[in-house]
Amino acid sequence: MKRARVVYKGSIYKAEEQQGNIKLHNGLFVSEDDIEWLPPIEPGTVFALGLNYSDHANELSFKAPEEPLVFLKGPNTFTGHRSQTHRPSDVTHMHYECELGVVIGKQARNVKRSDAYDYVAGYTIGNDYAFRDYLENYYRPNLRVKNRDHSTPLGPWFVDASDIVDPMNLQLRTYVNGEMTQEGSTKDMVFGIPSLIEYLSGFMTLNPGDMILTGTPKGTVDTKVGDEVVTEIEGIGSLHNTIIGDDEFIY
Amino acid sequence: MSQVKLHLSGQKKPTEATLQSNNKIEVNGATYSQNDLQLDAPIDGTIYGVILNYKGALEELGSQMYEAPHKQPPQAPILYIKPANTMNAPNRAVPMPSGETQLEVGASIGIVIGKTACKVTESDAMEYVQGYTIANDISIPHESVYRPAVKYKARDGFCPIGPWVVEKESIKNPDDFKLQVYVNDELRQENSTMNLVRSIPKLIQDITEFMTLNEGDLLLTGVPENAPLVKAGDHVKISVKGIGVLENIIKHESDWMLGGVSNETSSSRI
Repeated sequence: MKRARVVYKGSIYKAEEQQGNIKLHNGLFVSEDDIEWLPPIEPGTVFALGLNYSDHANELSFKAPEEPLVFLKGPNTFTGHRSQTHRPSDVTHMHYECELGVVIGKQARNVKRSDAYDYVAGYTIGNDYAFRDYLENYYRPNLRVKNRDHSTPLGPWFVDASDIVDPMNLQLRTYVNGEMTQEGSTKDMVFGIPSLIEYLSGFMTLNPGDMILTGTPKGTVDTKVGDEVVTEIEGIGSLHNTIIGDDEFIY
Repeated sequence: MSQVKLHLSGQKKPTEATLQSNNKIEVNGATYSQNDLQLDAPIDGTIYGVILNYKGALEELGSQMYEAPHKQPPQAPILYIKPANTMNAPNRAVPMPSGETQLEVGASIGIVIGKTACKVTESDAMEYVQGYTIANDISIPHESVYRPAVKYKARDGFCPIGPWVVEKESIKNPDDFKLQVYVNDELRQENSTMNLVRSIPKLIQDITEFMTLNEGDLLLTGVPENAPLVKAGDHVKISVKGIGVLENIIKHESDWMLGGVSNETSSSRI
């Protein structure tokens, strides 16, 4: 099952996909034109991985890490499908990151990697934008790069774990204005989903609704104001986002 | 007398109370000692912390700031998140993880955000503050501040908060909160928010320039240099004049679920 959270005529609904259509929790079928998409979950603690695909690490002139490079994200940064993300005018390099989001389904502490999938509720897509101009070599990547308002689109769907046969073998692709700029496979993660759950639950408790954004492969390019960015994962969906500039704001 | 909001254990909503000058708490006409009350953490929003925000802490890094991997001093506030699993309460135990022998105390003034704060200027910043509390931002000691310190700072129970939120109107000068840290009743650390690199209003301005803080979020203003190290069995008390006292005990991970400082123990220490 693919599930979403949407706004329809001023109210928030749970929704699901049925044969390509959107069905609200009250049974009403609605057109995509009549809804706005919210992030499909309201995540608890959100972990994101840096340099978790070796080809992307090479692209940034880093060696793949020996231990997962984990940082956390706050609730201000999440936004839904077909949202807009602001590129401040002083930024010279802002890139998308197409990532598989793994949503925790039950409380996890000291979980072995062989049992890790028992703790997964499902999957979504995260576009974990980075604003590289603001990188500092302290707690890198620092929050000014990675936790800006509305700069982490999620969705459109949350897909039940049982619907994804092998989450470690999914194609990821990003299109900018229709042209494919990033392609990879989750099989190339440095630390796979079971390892990440083992690692994190090895030192802290993971709770239902927590989410792990598992990193991005090679192919991150600068995106400009007006660009349409589509991050796509096989079997999960296509997440659309538009880059906007300072002009969209009235100060 | 100060107006405070405290969170009685088991209650869904905060309780408004008066903190008297003799440190007694008055609720609905009745008076209590702090340790008569079982308290939860007084906030439930997102907890953000900032590193290197005491001049002394920055000076400790010294010339390293100009060398690899840092290359230059921090420009904007360097934040981190203490996730929900770290939240802990006054008088509860803090777990010493298996395999560790020492924890670093992180005495910090917490600013409780009172309303949505986005692109706030320094001169308006205090309008967005609801009040102040104390946090003990516990870490496993670690040298490097190059990579995020999730494994060292995000352990279960690593952020006791409390004992309550003092309304900002009751605080004359937030630029001079005096922090004192006692370990087993011995004074081990003293500092003041006078020594912050970024004052409270400046911090709010420089953070909300790039991200929104929401009502109920807690912004920790930084941990001073020379943070005491503690071991299992130690009793840690952070005292801030004008706010109160946050006490916790360190227990081995295997025991910490069982609780913390009993009322008898802690009363005898005050």
